[in-house]
Amino acid sequence: MKLHINAFVNDEPVEYLCDPEDTLLDILRDELHLTGTKEGCGSGDCGACSVMLDNRLVCSCLVLGCEIEGRSVDTIEGMAFADKLHPLQQKFLENAALQCGICTPGFLIAARALLDINPDPSESEVRYWLAGNLCRCTGYDKIIQSVLDVAAAGRENS
Amino acid sequence: MSTSDNFKWVGSRPIRPDGVDKVTGRASFAADFSLPGTLHGLILRSPYAHARILSMDFSKALAIPGVKAIVCAKDMPVIAAEAALVGGQPPDFCDMSENLMARDKVLYEGHAIAAVAATSKKIARQALDTIAVEYQVLPHVTDVQSAMEPNAPLLSDKRYTQGIEPRPRKPSNIASRYEQILGDPVQGFAEAEVTVSEEFTTQPVHQGYIELHACTAQIGADGQAQIWCSSQGQFMIRAYCAKLLNMDISQIRVIPMEIGGGFGGKTTVYLEPIALLLARKSGRPVKMQMTRQEVFTSTGPASGSYITMKLGARKDGTITAVEGILCYQAGAYPGSPVRLGCMTAFAPYDIPNSKLIGYDVVVNRPKSAAYRAPGAPMASFAAESLIDMLAAKLGMCPLELRLKNAAKMGTQAPYGPKFREIGYVETLEAARRHPHYSAPLGPNQGRGIASGFWFNIGGQSSASVNINEDGTAVVTTGNPDIGGSRASMAIMAAEVLGIDYKKVTPVIADTSSTAYSDLTGGSRVTFAVGMAVVEAARDVVAQLTTRAASLWDVPVEEVSWLDGHALARVQGQAQQMSLQAIAAESARTGGPIAGNANINAQGAGPGFGTHICDVEVDPETGRVTVLRYTAIQDVGKAIHPAYVEGQLQGGAVQGIGWALNEEYIYDESGNMSNQGFLDYRMPVASDLPMIDTVLVEVPNPRHPFGVRGVGEVPIIAPLGAVANAVARASGVRVFDLPISPPRLLAAIRKKQVR
Repeated sequence: MKLHINAFVNDEPVEYLCDPEDTLLDILRDELHLTGTKEGCGSGDCGACSVMLDNRLVCSCLVLGCEIEGRSVDTIEGMAFADKLHPLQQKFLENAALQCGICTPGFLIAARALLDINPDPSESEVRYWLAGNLCRCTGYDKIIQSVLDVAAAGRENS
Repeated sequence: MSTSDNFKWVGSRPIRPDGVDKVTGRASFAADFSLPGTLHGLILRSPYAHARILSMDFSKALAIPGVKAIVCAKDMPVIAAEAALVGGQPPDFCDMSENLMARDKVLYEGHAIAAVAATSKKIARQALDTIAVEYQVLPHVTDVQSAMEPNAPLLSDKRYTQGIEPRPRKPSNIASRYEQILGDPVQGFAEAEVTVSEEFTTQPVHQGYIELHACTAQIGADGQAQIWCSSQGQFMIRAYCAKLLNMDISQIRVIPMEIGGGFGGKTTVYLEPIALLLARKSGRPVKMQMTRQEVFTSTGPASGSYITMKLGARKDGTITAVEGILCYQAGAYPGSPVRLGCMTAFAPYDIPNSKLIGYDVVVNRPKSAAYRAPGAPMASFAAESLIDMLAAKLGMCPLELRLKNAAKMGTQAPYGPKFREIGYVETLEAARRHPHYSAPLGPNQGRGIASGFWFNIGGQSSASVNINEDGTAVVTTGNPDIGGSRASMAIMAAEVLGIDYKKVTPVIADTSSTAYSDLTGGSRVTFAVGMAVVEAARDVVAQLTTRAASLWDVPVEEVSWLDGHALARVQGQAQQMSLQAIAAESARTGGPIAGNANINAQGAGPGFGTHICDVEVDPETGRVTVLRYTAIQDVGKAIHPAYVEGQLQGGAVQGIGWALNEEYIYDESGNMSNQGFLDYRMPVASDLPMIDTVLVEVPNPRHPFGVRGVGEVPIIAPLGAVANAVARASGVRVFDLPISPPRLLAAIRKKQVR
C-alpha cells in the first residue's frame, strides 16, 4: 500500500505516493524528477545524496520517503536563485573544484550547511565536516580551498 | 616550437562550459535519464567464487505480474573462438560475452547469470529472489601465487599458457608469459658492486568512481536501437554491443550522458548489451543501474600483483642491471596489464641491461579493468622502493641517485624506442628546488620521493568546428568529458579562431551525429582530439580568409588571419574584417562555414612525474598521516592549468589510497568482505593535506601547442613515494600494500622484538 505524503521541497509544496521502503532519494529522483541529488552508494557512505531536512544535513538514501510528511527538504535544485549562483557554486566553478561533477551537488549542500553554522571554519574543520562526502577526481584540494575562499569572502562582506 | 606564451586563451583558467549545469544539478548523468514506459532491469549474480550452473528455473519469476522479460546466456549469440578478436587485438569478445552472462560456470562472486526486466524495481527484485539456481560449487583460487601452482583449481581446462615454446601440455591459470630483455642482464649484474632485491605484493583496488554504472536502452521492431549511458566512449559502447549481439553498427545509436568518473573502469560494457536484450525481449525501454555492491564485485578493479625484483649498481650509484618477475591477477579472464607493468617500471631510468618477465594469471575474482596508467603503479612501487633501498645502501640522496640514472632525450627506453623530447630531469630538478624538499621534519616523520612514467597515446579522433551566422562557433567532438575536456577544446578552438572563449560552445555528439573517435583514455583527449580541433579550426580559418578575399576581391594569398580578423591591403588601404562580419556575409560568399578534421593522431609525448611525500607514523597504532604532498609533472603545455593541477591532485590521492588503505579483502570462501565504501576505505578530505603541484612544461613538438597527456602519470609515483616516506619515518620498510595500520604496526613490533 502506498502512502500519501505532503511536504515541502525547495520551499514548494509537493505531494506524492510512496512505498514504505522507498527512500527520500528514490522519491526525489524517481517521483519528483529532481535528479540533481545523486546516488553513489545507497548506504550513507559517500554523501552524493546530501540534502537538508528541516535545515539538518542528511543523506537522503538513509531517510524514508514516508518520513517527510509535513517536513521541508532542500536540494541542489534550490541552491541558486534564478540565474544567480550561490557563492559556493560560483567559487567551485572559478577554482575548478569539480572534474566529473557527480559528487558536486552533495559537496555544495554539505559545504553550505557548514558555513551556515560556522562562517569562519579552519581548514581542518572544513576537512572533517566534508569527510562524509567522497570525491574520487579532485583529491579534495580545490574543494576545500573553495569553501575556505567563500568563508573568507563572507567575512569581508559582513 | 617555443613556449613563449603569446597565447590569448591557451594557459588561461576560464570557467568550464558545462560548469553551471554541474553545480546546479542540471547536468544529466546516465541514471538521470528516463523514458516513458521504462522497465527496470536487475541482474542475478553468483554468490559463489567458482561453481558449475546445473540448472536455472525462471517459471516462478515469469509468473509474477509486472515481470516482462528474463534473459540469460542462452539469449546471447555464441561468438566463435576464431571471431573472438577484432583485427587480432584485444578485447576477447568470447570472454567478454561470458563475463556479461556466465554460460555453464560462474568464475567469481558477482558473476552475472540472468537478468530481469519488470515494471518496477520492487517487482524486479522480487523476481530475482524467485529464480531457482542449482550450483555445483567448485574449488576456487583468488591468490595469484596459489593460482600459478601446478595443482591449483583451474578456471578453464582449455587454457594453455601462451608465450612459451613449446606449447605446454597441461592447462594452466597462467594465461600468458611476456618477456622483455634489453642488453645483457647477466653481464650487467656482473658489473654491479651492490645489489638489492625484494618481493612485493599489491592488492586489487577499485577505480572508485562515484557514479554507479547505469544505462537506458530501447530497440524498435525494425531493430534500430538507442542506448543512453555514461561511458568513456560512446563509439566503444556501440562497437562492443554490435559485436556481442551480432548487430550492425548502423543499427545502434549511443547517446553519451555525462560521466561521473571512470578512470579506465568505464572502457568496457557491463549493462548495455543486457539492457538491449531485455528491451528487445520486452518491447519496452529498459533502465538498469548497479548498486555500489555490484560495482565492487562485478566491475573491474585494477590487478593485484606479486613481484620479485633485483637491482644492481656500481658504488657511484650507476645502475647496471635490473631483473624481475611480475605476476598480475587478471581476474576471471585473461588480460591484466602485466606487459605495461614491465614496460613502465624502469622507464624513468637509463639502465642498459634489464630482463623483466610478466605472467598474466586468471583467478576467481572479477575481470580486472583498466585503471589510470594500467599496470604501472604496482610495478613502479616495486622499482621505486628498490631504488630508495639502493640509495640508503649507498648512502646517497634518493633524488641525486635518480638524477644520476635519469632518462633523457636519446635514452633507450627498456621497452624499445629511444626517447625524444622528455622532461624527466626537469621534474627532479623542480623537486630539488621546491621548498617542500628541504622543509624540516619532526620525530616519527619521514620524506619519500618517487617517479613515474606513462606513454600517453594519440589515436583516431574527429572534430568539427561550425561557425554560426552571428560569428560564434560550435566545436563538436565524440569524446566524453571526464574532467574538463570541453574547456580545453573550447580554449584551443578560440585560440586558433582568435575569438572569445565564451563564443565557443563545445558539444559532445552521439554516435550518429559525428565521426568515429577512439574512447576517452590513455591520456589522449586533450592531445589527440585537441589536435583534431586545432586542425578543424585551421580549416575554418582557411575558409574565412577565402571568403574575405572574395568580399574584397583580392587574391586569397594576400589575406592573412590575426586575432579573429582577416587582414589585407585592398586598393592600397590596410583593411580588416572580423570573423563575425565574414560569417554575416556567408550566404553570399558560398554558404555555411564549417571545418572538419578526422585524424589518427601520432606523436603523443611521454609523461614523467616526481612526487614528494611527507608522512608521520604513529608507532603505537601504525597509522600513517600524510603531512605534506607535492606532485611535479612534465605536462608539455597546460591548456587549462587548473584542470591539469586537478589531474595531478586527484591521481596523487588515488595513489595514496592504493598505498595506505584500499584493498579487496576476500574470505576463505572467495567472497569479498568489504563490498561498500564503509569498509573499502577510499581517502576522504580529513585524511589529506593540500596537494601542491608543479607543472613543468617541456613542450611536445608534435602537438600544435606542445600538449602531453597528463591524466595517468599522477597515479604512478604515490605508491613508491608513500612507501619510501613510511620507511624513513618508521625505520621499517613494508613490501606489501596497503600499508594499513595493522600491517605497519606488525612490522614495527617485529623490528622491536629483534
